[in-house]
This record gives sequence, structure tokens and C-alpha cells, in this order.
Amino acid sequence: MTTRRAAYEARQRRRANLLAGGSTAVVLVLLIVLVPLAPGWEGVQASFFNAEIFARTFPDLLSAFLINIAIFAWSVPLIAALGLAIALARGARAPVLFPLRIFGAIYVDLFRGIPVVLLVYLVGFGIPGLGLPRPWNSPYIWGTVALVLTYSAYVAEVLRSGIESIHESQRNAAVCLGLSERDTMRYVVLPQAIRRVVPANMNMLVALQKDVALLSFIGPVEILRQAGIFKSLLANFTPYVAAAVIFLCVTVPATRYADYLMNRDRNART
Amino acid sequence: MKTILTATLLTLSASGAFAAGHCAAGKTLTEGTLTIATGNPAYYPWVIDDAPEAKQGFEAAVAYAIAGEMGFADDAVTWVRTSFDEAIQPGAKNFDLNMQQFSITADRDRVVDFSAPYYTAPQAVMTTVETVDAGAKPTMESLKAMKWGVVASTTALPVVTETIKPTQSPLVYDDNANITAAMQAGQIDAALFDLPTALFTAAVLMDNGVVLGQFDPSAAESPDQFGALMPEGSALKECVDEALAALTASGELAAIEAEWLQAAVGVPLIK
Repeated sequence: MTTRRAAYEARQRRRANLLAGGSTAVVLVLLIVLVPLAPGWEGVQASFFNAEIFARTFPDLLSAFLINIAIFAWSVPLIAALGLAIALARGARAPVLFPLRIFGAIYVDLFRGIPVVLLVYLVGFGIPGLGLPRPWNSPYIWGTVALVLTYSAYVAEVLRSGIESIHESQRNAAVCLGLSERDTMRYVVLPQAIRRVVPANMNMLVALQKDVALLSFIGPVEILRQAGIFKSLLANFTPYVAAAVIFLCVTVPATRYADYLMNRDRNART
Repeated sequence: MKTILTATLLTLSASGAFAAGHCAAGKTLTEGTLTIATGNPAYYPWVIDDAPEAKQGFEAAVAYAIAGEMGFADDAVTWVRTSFDEAIQPGAKNFDLNMQQFSITADRDRVVDFSAPYYTAPQAVMTTVETVDAGAKPTMESLKAMKWGVVASTTALPVVTETIKPTQSPLVYDDNANITAAMQAGQIDAALFDLPTALFTAAVLMDNGVVLGQFDPSAAESPDQFGALMPEGSALKECVDEALAALTASGELAAIEAEWLQAAVGVPLIK
């Protein structure tokens, strides 16, 4: 049984969908028709969208991507733990813990301010250069350390903003219930704060996922390096496009999943 | 007599003219000048002190010899700098010739044009005194056991993975400086370069560098040959090849090689 209002809304929705579909189709057609008309298109196509080279390099790129996934996978828990520790250190309220707050502030300033590439070089070549024996001088270990240092500084700031966004009344309520400072943080503030900063942290994950490629500067042959090797051997940029496709296959679903989580969370609260 | 000649040359080049009907006429980016690109920075012994205008260094000398053969006076040669990627990108190029130890390969040749080779580079193994003391020898067996590093934009990686076939997968770096850093950090044992680069890196960039041995280029299936890179379909290619043929025939190319790349003797061959 449709009311007049429901029927009207359905009509409006159809109209909106038609308009959106139509304008998208026009843009696509213009892109597909106009871009190849550009005088250099053939050259660009041969250099960036070469189907034969794409097919030839794709399997190797895919297996190199496993290294990215591995580095990413072992970095994330380390970043989460260290980021949380730094955020808590910066948020420590007891006067005695003032040195901890100073340390947290300096840590964040330092590692958020240094370009990741520099840190990767400095830690990846510098610390092993002090004379560590194998396998402790591995670029995988020290490259990961560099990523963890940088990203934990970012994540600490994100978490701190989440913690500070929790209204003071929540803490007061927890105190009234007899919870200790520690339990207040653990059971009242953090669960709400972390949930609130999921989108920002999801951004961090996507960024980290791409920055893992910076480790290639100190030796590991991950996907971007493998693409670079193919680029140089074949004098063609298509392998980079193939690498981008692989990256997108991971990052797009990840962001959509985060959107879904957030929507579900919002719907549950309203 | 000499001054008159120089004066004539100067006027000729100042007016940007050379013998009519010369093969390079109308084929360069700027009429009357030859624009040559090199790396940024350009390394010894290819270009000395990163100053190709000074004609010092093997590639700088070859560049001026080619230019001279094509009818360009020395001051009609302009230098630009490009990266490897700029040299192979699909758009318009800012150079007539690009000389920075580009190895000629069939795959690359499909995208850009190469001149005839001006140098055949033996591949050489650079390592450290410590690795040699630990028992490294110029034999395939010994090389297989090493941890390798190579520069990504060179043809060294296929040589390592297909000829040496080391037991551990090689690490790959952007440039020679990073290889040196990794070697000093003990992350790699050995690196593969062309011989002149290996000699320079071992002697100048490293404190404890040694060139362990070289691969016999005449024994290699596809020896590493350097050619000047030109945009695909360059009208200049024929002209450059002619100049290189003339330089080879007259022995001038060999003389330039002997002048700048002579220290190569005494490096053992890898068995």
C-alpha cells in the first residue's frame, strides 16, 4: 500500500538516479572520446597502458606485494600499541607524571616533523651502520622501526584528540561510580574515544599501506621497487599502473569497509 | 694560422651555421646547436667533477667528439640534465642526445632510439676488504653465497638473478650512494656495477671497497653496451651512428677510452 507521499518520493528518487546516471555517462563518454584525440595519446598509451607489458609484469608485482602486506601486517600492532602509549603519556594528569607528558610531546613533535623518507634512511642505514651483526642489521627490521616511529606519533595525536573529545561529565560519572583513574580510562574513556577516531585511523592505515613502499629505498624489493625495476628494464611506465591497480584493490575495499562500520555505528546510536 | 682558424670557427658557430647539407642540419632541437643530456649528478669517470662542459671524463669527451664529427663546434654544444625516467617518458624531450651509461636492450629500443654502442662495459663485482678477508673469491661458487645489492635502473639485476643465481634474493637500491651505505651497514656483501663505476665506487666512495673481479664481456651472451639515447624515431640517429663509425674507424674512440677508462687492467676475470 503506497501513500501519495511514498509514490512522490519514489518518483523523485527515480528522477535523481536518472540525472546522476546521465551526467556520469556524459562525462565518461567525453573522457573516452576526447582523451584519445590528444596528439600525444598514442605515446602515452604505449608508455602507461601497454596491455602486453601489464600482463607480463602483473604476476611478479603481485608476489612482490606480499612483502608490502607482511611489513604492513607486523607494523600495525606495533604502531597501535606505541601510539596508544604515547597518547596516554601525553594525557597523564598526575603532577608526578609531568616528565612523561614532556616526553610524549617531544616524541610527537620530533617524529611527526621528520619526513618519513629521511627517517627510513637514518634508521635503516644508520643504526645497522653502528656495527650490528646479521640478521639484526636487516633493512626489514630497521625500516619497520622507522615506520613505527613516524606512524605512532601520528596515531598518538589522533587518539589524544579522541580522548580529549570525551566530555568531562563521563569522567565525573565514572568517579562517582567509584572507578579509579585507571579504570575510568580503560572502561569509560578509551572505548568511546577509539570508536570516535576510527575514520581518522583508517586514513592512517591507507597512508601507511602506501608508505610501506618507502622501505624500498633501503633495499627490500616490494611492489613499487619491482615496478621500478620493470620500468627501467622495459623503458615503460605500465608496471606502475599495474602496481596502482593492485594498491586500489586493497585500499578501496578497506575504505568502504570503514565507511560501513561508521554508518553502522551512527545508526546504532540514533 | 691557428688563430685565423679559431676565429673562423668562432664566427661560424656564432652565426649558428655549418656546412650546408650536413646530416644534422634541421634535425636538432635548436638549429645550429646540439643539446646533450647527462645525469644529475654525472659521475666520475663518465664526467669529471659533474661539469661536462669541461670535456673532462669519458662520456663528456665522447659527446664532444661526436658533436665535432657532426659539424658542431664545441660552443655549439649545450648540456641539460635528465633523470632516467625523463629520458623514457612519452612526451617531447628536451635533448637531442642523452648519454648516461644507458645499456642498449631490445625492450628499451622499442620505446626510444639508441645510437651504435660507444662502450662495451664489463660487469664487475665490488665488495669490501672484510668480505674478501672472510674468504670471498672471484669464482661463481663464492659469488652465489653472497648477499647482493644492485641499482634498480641498471641491467645488473638480471645478471645477478640469471647468471649468478645467489642463494639469497638481492636487495635493490636507487643509486650508488645507497649501495655504499648498505654495504657499510653490512646489509650486503657485494654489488654489481659496470667496471669503471665499480672502480670509482670502491676507490672513492668506500673506505674499504675492493673490486673482486669482472665478467668477461666477450663471453657474455648479451654484453652490456652503452649507447646514446634519442627520442623514438629521431632523425638524428643515422647522423650520430655515422659519427660514431667514423670515430671508431679513426681510432679516436679507442683513444678516448684509453685516456679515461684505463685503470681497468689488473682486475681478475670471474671463473
